[in-house]
Amino acid sequence: MAIFFLKKLGVIIPTFLGVTLIAFTFIRLLPGDPVLLMAGERGMSEERHARLMAKFGYDKPILVQYGHYLKDLMQGDFGTSIVTKQPVLKEFMTLFPATVELSLCAIFFAVLFGLPIGMIAAVKRGSPFDHTVMAGALTGYSMPIFWWGLLLIIFFSGILGVTPVSGRISLFYFFEPVTGFMLIDSLLSGEEGAFVSALKHLILPTIVLGTIPLAVIARQTRSAMLEVLGEDYIRTARAKGLTPSRIIGLHALRNAMIPVITVIGLQVGVLFAGAILTETIFSWPGIGKWMVDSISRRDYASVQGGLILIALIIMIVNLFVDLLYGLINPKIRHTK
Amino acid sequence: MAELTYNQGLDTRQSGRLELLKEFWRYFSENRGAVIGLIFFVVIIIIAVFADLIAPHLPNHQYRDAFLQPPFWQEGGSVKFILGTDAVGRDMLSRLIHGARYSLFIGCVVVSLALIVGVSLGLIAGFFRGWIDTTIMRLMDIVLSFPSLLLALVLVAILGPSLVNAMIAIAIVQQPHYVRLTRAAVMGEMSKDYVTAARVIGVRRLRLMFVTILPNCMAPLIVQAALSFSTAILDAAALGFLGMGAQPPTPEWGTMLAEAREFILRAWWVVTFPGCAILFTVLAINLMGDGLRDALDPKLKSS
Repeated sequence: MAIFFLKKLGVIIPTFLGVTLIAFTFIRLLPGDPVLLMAGERGMSEERHARLMAKFGYDKPILVQYGHYLKDLMQGDFGTSIVTKQPVLKEFMTLFPATVELSLCAIFFAVLFGLPIGMIAAVKRGSPFDHTVMAGALTGYSMPIFWWGLLLIIFFSGILGVTPVSGRISLFYFFEPVTGFMLIDSLLSGEEGAFVSALKHLILPTIVLGTIPLAVIARQTRSAMLEVLGEDYIRTARAKGLTPSRIIGLHALRNAMIPVITVIGLQVGVLFAGAILTETIFSWPGIGKWMVDSISRRDYASVQGGLILIALIIMIVNLFVDLLYGLINPKIRHTK
Repeated sequence: MAELTYNQGLDTRQSGRLELLKEFWRYFSENRGAVIGLIFFVVIIIIAVFADLIAPHLPNHQYRDAFLQPPFWQEGGSVKFILGTDAVGRDMLSRLIHGARYSLFIGCVVVSLALIVGVSLGLIAGFFRGWIDTTIMRLMDIVLSFPSLLLALVLVAILGPSLVNAMIAIAIVQQPHYVRLTRAAVMGEMSKDYVTAARVIGVRRLRLMFVTILPNCMAPLIVQAALSFSTAILDAAALGFLGMGAQPPTPEWGTMLAEAREFILRAWWVVTFPGCAILFTVLAINLMGDGLRDALDPKLKSS
């Protein structure tokens, strides 16, 4: 297991270096130099420009600059936002819980509905229910989620008026964040109605972000289940006279779960991409919206830092999923 | 005599290809969803090609007397604008029809770009192995470690927001999948006897790569191309929606949605129809892709 872990790490480190190299070169591909970018439209004198270039080390050879950049990264310095003058890491960490909360709810929603739907569809293969599920899953998979979000807003907020349109909690409530997770914070605050308000704000974004994972998980569960149900040991279990619920719930489900877990793990990157759109639609103050805003504000230091942090998080999660997978399935662990 | 046998050989080869095509169609047409998808896709192609003839109005013509006019079946609508008009009085239906052109164009360009670059890199990696392989695959790992939409967004920010740059960005983000698929397929083929035989005969390297090996790796690539066609349309629409794709007044579906956002609670039709157009197009292509996968590569069925 340790060798398996080291091998995975051996792939990740060069990949991460590559990621930093890309983020580093990207800011230099932009027209103008970083100092001019910071100065904005006001501009500055030649002499001051040269002094600032020297101050930030932009007059050094490019490789030396990259070295400095890497050193800063290792010390946890991901740059300073050009717009807010705050450290990028600090901004990222304040907004990150909002994205995590939304993503966790979305994946929970997707698993909660996707797993049983996929299982029932597999057991009742060829039935109208199965056909509906397959058609629904393909539709969900093809869904432009930014439009889906707008439709839900039209229906639930516009026509029915039951859900709020944007934000994480109603403006009537204010309390200091403790965990950064609004659901937990609102409970801790003890304010009446705060939790319900937070919950209401979460419903639509959760559905929007969870739609594609839900479709993928339902499809994957169905096909994994179908494959397992055709195995000999299931026939044996049937021949032994076990009840169908025991066969499906215990023998089949356990083995069908392996590919499903992988798919759930793979959804992390998809969730991040989805979070960009979902957060933009619902003005959800998370990483996705922050990245889009930073890009449109031309805050390239934030974009650069955010890009590296997001890639780092995805890599760590993928490593974790790989390890988990290796733990469940010895075949993976021992392949060369 | 020699010529005769040669010709006969050619004939069986041609009829063999026809047989293959027939067999493919038999499998493909068994899947009802795939056939529906195919029909819908052909209809969209026809609409896109003849957009100028079909569209009742010019896509960018503003009718100053008809802002946000609802579809004809609603009160206040008229048959002149069947699906209503947008905030500056442009006919929705005509814009949607012209939008089909952009979506198909985006799909074609992105898939061709990603396919050409991705397949070449994958072929090189799988054929030569060693450090070339490692370098290429690490590069692809780096691209894959970003969420695709985020990387495309940042690339467009660097290149400048426009439809062409959005297509380039999406192609870059998509091609690692082609590289991986091609490499895996090539590695599978390399150990087979016919490749060894071709080497022994002395077939040149380029010919060996592109003429001998590549055609045998096509099945998964065709399926991937179909599926990434739909992803390309979705991603381009998403970029357009975020203001980083096609720029107004281009009647691209995602851009239309972005323009319509502020009217969602007042005029449902400006939001609903462009989204339906995206959804149905993507759905049709995905249905077709599923059918292709089942017909071409039964092994991939469960994935």
